[in-house]
Amino acid sequence: MKPYPFKYVRAEGLAAVFQQFEEHGDDAQVLAGGQSLMPVLNMRLSAPRVLVDINRIEELRGIALDGGEVRIGALTRHREVLESEVVRTHLPLLAEAMPHVAHVAVRNRGTLGGSLALADPAAEMPACAVALGATLVLRSAAGERTVAAEDFYQGLYETERRPDEVLTEARYPIAGPGYHGAFQEFARRQGDFAVVGVAARGRVESGVLSELRLVYFGCEGHARLARQTALAAEAGGRPYTPQVFAALKDALAEELDPMENMHGSRATKLHMAQTLTGRALQALLARAGGAVHG
Amino acid sequence: MDDTIEITLTVNGETVTRRTSPRQHLVDFLRGELGLTGSHVGCEHGVCGACTIRLDGRAVRGCLTLAVQADGARVETIEGLTESSEISDLQRLFVERNAAQCGYCTPGMLLTAAELVAAGQAMPRAAIRDFMSGNYCRCTGYQAIIDAIEHVLEARFGAPAKEEG
Ligand SMILES: Cc1cc2nc3c(=O)[nH]c(=O)nc-3n(C[C@H](O)[C@H](O)[C@H](O)COP(=O)(O)OP(=O)(O)OC[C@H]3O[C@@H](n4cnc5c(N)ncnc54)[C@H](O)[C@@H]3O)c2cc1C
Ligand code: FES
Ligand code: FES
Repeated sequence: MKPYPFKYVRAEGLAAVFQQFEEHGDDAQVLAGGQSLMPVLNMRLSAPRVLVDINRIEELRGIALDGGEVRIGALTRHREVLESEVVRTHLPLLAEAMPHVAHVAVRNRGTLGGSLALADPAAEMPACAVALGATLVLRSAAGERTVAAEDFYQGLYETERRPDEVLTEARYPIAGPGYHGAFQEFARRQGDFAVVGVAARGRVESGVLSELRLVYFGCEGHARLARQTALAAEAGGRPYTPQVFAALKDALAEELDPMENMHGSRATKLHMAQTLTGRALQALLARAGGAVHG
Repeated sequence: MDDTIEITLTVNGETVTRRTSPRQHLVDFLRGELGLTGSHVGCEHGVCGACTIRLDGRAVRGCLTLAVQADGARVETIEGLTESSEISDLQRLFVERNAAQCGYCTPGMLLTAAELVAAGQAMPRAAIRDFMSGNYCRCTGYQAIIDAIEHVLEARFGAPAKEEG
């Protein structure tokens, strides 16, 4: 199908975007990579009156090491994140997750900011941002503010971003030595949206986990940080064992409430989440060079 | 509201200037305005890959990019790649291995495979499959397509390092 008619505005800078927001309010929508927005427009599920194309705003692009952070501009394409040496070195979790985001032709065009702003419940990048303790930068005509990724995601496609704000950048703190990440996803086919997935990040010392963050996607309405389950996995400072894994599974059953959808029932998804958590923690401990138990 | 906008772009090496409606996507523009019907239109929501073209050197979904966004860009289609002989070995192998049946997916398959070939290295079969995962074929069952690409990669770059399956 073809989209409803709309007015097209190519913004050469952020000021032009804010001007469109001011003139058209909610009727104006940002067009980034278009890899989620265009399907919705083609299917006529949405009909914004004005599309504000941000693809030529250079200041929104690029990956930079800045002190203790990696800063990634919202317009940076998925492919650029995947191929970045800085990302591979300092944010290996992102590099591990990115091949699961769609297919080559979609990654060539889709943007990190679009993925973070859209907040699809089964998307990888929001979960990684929460796991890594990223900060998202939002700008409007009134100025700039920052929101922690874990506070940004509020509900199904619902975020802290106001309609007059542009997501300009994601800032990922670089973890010190001893921190490791692991990513696990089950999808029907490489590149499809996840049925269930988990992004994990934590500190490992002598086989003992601490500061663990477990974030689930494809489960609840948005990327879900499971604090109680992480505490169960940390086991009060004892090394990770099959007994700890059993306790963790119970904690996850209490804490996570997966949505039933065409991919599976609540019980199926919970089972997958438990299994993937086990695999993620094994990988995380293995990366730390510690002992790995079944 | 549906006013047309003038755009100038390079298509298969030739500069063209046309007026287009903002809501016209790039494949419709190439097919309808320029008569380049090699790129196909399937799902129009990014899933099938039949519309895959090259935009500024990279494979993209032609149905998810607006023609107005290609103003100033370099676009290549299967017609251009055929003319330049860039992928003549891939095309020959698609025929030899029977990797094209009805042919609807074929231009998109070739454009995606062209990016894999351009990456310049051999790859295990599983990695070829992952790379091609965004293109649907309803006829061949995929084996013949992967065979053809695998053969071209090996012929160009040698056998892949044996580590993963
Ligand atoms: C076949 C297919 C498979 C896919 N599979 C996956 C997958 O497995 N995992 C996954 O995560 N994604 C997947 N995607 C989606 C893809 O990752 C998109 O690129 C991404 O979701 C949105 O990024 P975009 O730049 O394309 O945004 P757009 O489509 O341009 O925009 C999406 C939404 O975000 C808003 N927006 C975009 N950028 C900003 C900004 N900077 N500030 C404020 N608002 C903004 C837009 O207004 C719009 O509402 C898939 C897409 C396709 C077509
Ligand atoms: S027509 Fe573009 S992906 Fe199907
Ligand atoms: S050959 Fe018919 S769809 Fe692929």
